[in-house]
Amino acid sequence: MEVQMRNKRLFTKLAALSAAALILAGCSSSDSASNGLPKVDMLKELGQGEGQVNIVAWAGYVENGSTDPNVDWVTGFEKETGCKVNVKIGATSDDMVALMKTGEYDVVSASGDASLRLIYGGDVAPVNTDLIPNYADIFDGLKNQQWNSVDGVAYGIPHGRGANLLAYRTDIVKPAPTSWGAVFDVNSPYKGKITAYDSPIYLADAALYLMKTKPELGIKYPYALDQTQFDAAVALLNEQKPLIGEYWGDYLKHVASLKSGGTVLGTTWQVNINLAKGEGTKVEGIKPVEGSTGWSDTWMISSKAKNPNCGYMWMNHIASPQANAGVAEWFGEAPSNSKSCALTADKNHCATFHASDDAYWKDVYYWNTPTEVCLDGRTDVKCVPYVEWVKAWSSLRNA
Amino acid sequence: MHKHPRTRLAALLFAPTAWLVIAYLGALAALLVTAFFTIDSFTGNVIYQFNLGNFQDLFTDPAYKNVVLRTMGIAIGVTLICSVLAIPMAIYMAKIAKPRSKKFLVALVLTPLWASYLVKIYAWRTMLEPGSGVIDWLLGPLGIHSPGFGGPAIIIGLSYLWLPYMILPIYAGLERLPNNLLDASSDLGAKNFHTFRSVVLPLIFPSIIAGSMFTFSLSLGDYITAQIIGGKLQMLGNVVYQNFSINLPFAATIAAVPVAIMAFYLWLIRRTGALADL
Repeated sequence: MEVQMRNKRLFTKLAALSAAALILAGCSSSDSASNGLPKVDMLKELGQGEGQVNIVAWAGYVENGSTDPNVDWVTGFEKETGCKVNVKIGATSDDMVALMKTGEYDVVSASGDASLRLIYGGDVAPVNTDLIPNYADIFDGLKNQQWNSVDGVAYGIPHGRGANLLAYRTDIVKPAPTSWGAVFDVNSPYKGKITAYDSPIYLADAALYLMKTKPELGIKYPYALDQTQFDAAVALLNEQKPLIGEYWGDYLKHVASLKSGGTVLGTTWQVNINLAKGEGTKVEGIKPVEGSTGWSDTWMISSKAKNPNCGYMWMNHIASPQANAGVAEWFGEAPSNSKSCALTADKNHCATFHASDDAYWKDVYYWNTPTEVCLDGRTDVKCVPYVEWVKAWSSLRNA
Repeated sequence: MHKHPRTRLAALLFAPTAWLVIAYLGALAALLVTAFFTIDSFTGNVIYQFNLGNFQDLFTDPAYKNVVLRTMGIAIGVTLICSVLAIPMAIYMAKIAKPRSKKFLVALVLTPLWASYLVKIYAWRTMLEPGSGVIDWLLGPLGIHSPGFGGPAIIIGLSYLWLPYMILPIYAGLERLPNNLLDASSDLGAKNFHTFRSVVLPLIFPSIIAGSMFTFSLSLGDYITAQIIGGKLQMLGNVVYQNFSINLPFAATIAAVPVAIMAFYLWLIRRTGALADL
């Protein structure tokens, strides 16, 4: 008994010591301030390739021929630069922020709801655009925007832009929908077969719908919501929940669902429509009358990149006219390089995706990061920051 | 070395003790400590200051109470179903099957464990797909329909996955049961079911508890099955998975809940004395 008590006390001390050690180890690294921009250096000159590059990307952005032998803009890059490409697909922006925080990846294709968080979190470095020759050909309208630059300093290379679409099975959903109301209609005949994007940023889609259908709420920008507007958006999503069969994050499960008919209506990306059609599914995607949320992605370089030279080479390659045209066609979005429009296999691609049609993008609200300081310029109220969007989304999903 | 038996003992125990204390207890302690931190609302970086905010959120938001109860319900359901399925199978394997078939049957029970978790759950997804799945195709003409994706699907999937973990302890317990006890019982006039209820069941109760520790704790922490065949249903594991990337301290808070539940469950089991007989 005496020995047992002694051993128990010894074990407890050991456990406490190791816990303390672990906590101290975790506390050591923290060089970013929570207010103000962290000081991160940009690469001064391009050196030799390190032999590999680790990329976090959206599905369909980094294709090496394994999905479709004709869809490959990676193998050529690997041969030319000697940088082997290792890609990790991020399902949502939150996934991508978490992956970049580990410091194990060099490059990320960040949407606007991730880019600012990465910049202010010290996870990405400013990009030296002099080292990226293809930067010069990128549409001016995408450079130095609110989500990819701070005080005129570019933090990334614009990738391309697209809108979230409303997918529907043309053989099941009749008549064809024209409004987001189809997924918010509590009397919908497709109850249980509707889908929504499984991310807190989907609250912006609810806010967008309210912006157009309930103008009395006064929403001007879906990512700038004061508490009343935010509560209304959450209430709308709570009303929608019984209609939803599955919330999707994994694009392959989503495509399989569209094909099997488990999902017949809901938010999607053009690449999912293309993949589903490729498997014989009768499906279409439209931008409804209210407009849509969308994305304007930016290739960013990690502040802890182990392979910065290969990282810069990749960013230059993906921004080159040929590669940019390839990914824009495959994914189904407007390219960022102005010379890409002449190189797409479908000569109408840029027209279809409104690459230089500014009017189309007027009602597309790119993913952005909601902050307490209202993004629409209001100073008389506080807006709900993203961390509250995450909490509300978590409550909604778990209730 | 031979003059210092204590040093020898310490050297022998060092590796497993280090694993237990540093890797396991240390990791648990770090997790539980993280639950008391918060994150910067914009950058998402952790603020290392003691704060009870996460626990406040956990207890005040009814959504989390719902997800805890739902997860416990699923874990209990899976344990019950596995027990009901495992007992007859284990009895057959231990007491009725011929010695040659016994080994073969044990191998059969173990074979599903060789297949990947994901392969099995995706197979269930194909089976349960409403309208076009295998269950609807096979049993539709008989009027039986697939439950679709959701709670029942999760329970079916998890019961299927953890069944071997329930069968094996019960089989081991039954193997240790002397056959002369069963003979004595029938000599005293008890019919089969009476023998089962009064003799077999109490003696294999510790084995069922051992099996239930697997099924209960594995179901409590599961999130992959819920993602694949759960439809829009969320379990505790899903909440942790979603928050882990954006709000690590809150994920730690949620993760502390199954730890607390399992600690309570193990204490309950200890009270019944079942662990002493294992």
